[in-house]
Amino acid sequence: MAKREYAFYPGCSSQLRGSAANYLVSVESMCEKLDVKMTQIPDWNCCGASISYAGSSELARHVLSARNFALSDKHLPGQDIVATCAACWLGGRETIEKLDASSELMADTNEALKEAGLEYKPGTEIRHMVEVLVEDLGYEELGKPVVKPLEGVKVAGYVGCQTNRPFGIAGESFENPMYLDKLIDTVGGESIAKYEEKVSCCGGSLAFCEPEKAEKQIKMIVESAYDHGADVICTPCPLCQANVEVYQSEINRKQGTKLDMPVVYYSQLLSVAYGGTLKEAGLDGHIIQPKKLQEIAVKVVPAKR
Amino acid sequence: MGDMNQQMLEKYRNNFLHEVEEKVDDGHWVKMCMQCGVCAGSCTFGPDWEHTPQKIFMMIRAGKREEVLSSHSMWLCTSCYNCMVRCPRKLPITHIMHGLASYAHRLNLAPKNQPTRDFSLIFWDNCTRTGRVNELRMTISVYFREGFVSGIKKMWTLRNIGRGLFFAKRLNPMELFVNHGCKDKDGLRRALKKADEIEARRRGYAVQPRGYST
Repeated sequence: MAKREYAFYPGCSSQLRGSAANYLVSVESMCEKLDVKMTQIPDWNCCGASISYAGSSELARHVLSARNFALSDKHLPGQDIVATCAACWLGGRETIEKLDASSELMADTNEALKEAGLEYKPGTEIRHMVEVLVEDLGYEELGKPVVKPLEGVKVAGYVGCQTNRPFGIAGESFENPMYLDKLIDTVGGESIAKYEEKVSCCGGSLAFCEPEKAEKQIKMIVESAYDHGADVICTPCPLCQANVEVYQSEINRKQGTKLDMPVVYYSQLLSVAYGGTLKEAGLDGHIIQPKKLQEIAVKVVPAKR
Repeated sequence: MGDMNQQMLEKYRNNFLHEVEEKVDDGHWVKMCMQCGVCAGSCTFGPDWEHTPQKIFMMIRAGKREEVLSSHSMWLCTSCYNCMVRCPRKLPITHIMHGLASYAHRLNLAPKNQPTRDFSLIFWDNCTRTGRVNELRMTISVYFREGFVSGIKKMWTLRNIGRGLFFAKRLNPMELFVNHGCKDKDGLRRALKKADEIEARRRGYAVQPRGYST
């Protein structure tokens, strides 16, 4: 039996053929090494993200999250839900907060859920994967499975918005959270304490509809990483990862810059340090190749005497 | 929809603040703003807004109904939550901005062809169709929202990104045919339809037709 078990809510972008498909792959290999068992909530649905406010009502968005909670409670009772996507986690936390505060909203949500034969009961906990790592396991435990320390890899820890605000990780500040830097150091990488754009916004989903404005943000985030001599940017958010990696070529095309900074997930750093292959760490899923990490991933670990 | 705007005008007369308090999600917080301007200074796209949150709050109190509801400003919110965590009065500013945008859309006063409004509607339609987002279909809907020719142009411009994502196995044309989705998507859609009915009942609106209403 695994040491720890959780109900897993991967979210839409992590699905096979999705924009964060490699995130899921790396999370799975990371969890295996940490003896953490994650069971997907059967038939989970989209959280509605932060952008659906024009088309939806607040109640409808709570119904989306509450359906996932109800399914988790039904099939995986007693297990905390773990989300890997910042928006999924945030949406879930908001629903719990709002429904706990209003019996009317709770009743309305359940009246709607009844149509799907489900009931949401209070008491659900939804947590970000990072919370599981730093709170349930702790840095010491996370350091134990390291077989390939990420020596000489300089990593700009880009926390972004929604893993950080408005809830954030307990004990961390909104302006300068340290957990990502600590994770980087734990696996032998070199974090950048003075990375200015650590909590800046990448433009979020507005990269789709206001690309010029988002590209301005992305350029700042990447250039600051260059200024500090970073080899790679690391983030806990699938949208940050996609935006910051994918639009660099567009910025280059429009502005004649030569941005070429790889962007990876924390789970990929851990997976590589734990001996994961290119594939297991999802390092085959990038447009801008994280070369230094790839080199470490293909290196053979010397056998222990 | 136009007559809903008329109804609200008649109901609330010149008291726009009262209207916002009753009709906009988290609107009852607006009166708590003390005009310090921290939200305006913290906003990601702040320099691009015609009216920052601080201004919007004052405009609501000044009864500038038309200007507020037809503003592009709320639609520039990236949901970064910077304003919200920094607000000394703890106003849920992000939610209020979304609430105002949503209400402006409902009254049909939001700017026509507002890109974020269009994207928001496409997103909701996309994710409620099967219960999960289909990224490829969503992207195509966004790029082609201004017509076929402009869609083709956008796709052509971004072809290298598309190719890169395809080789990274993060985008696949098969998504046009194979759907991720909930097994019980019908149950989900029934629940959402019910939610819309309850919302309409609570707020005194007519139910808005959605993809899942029929």
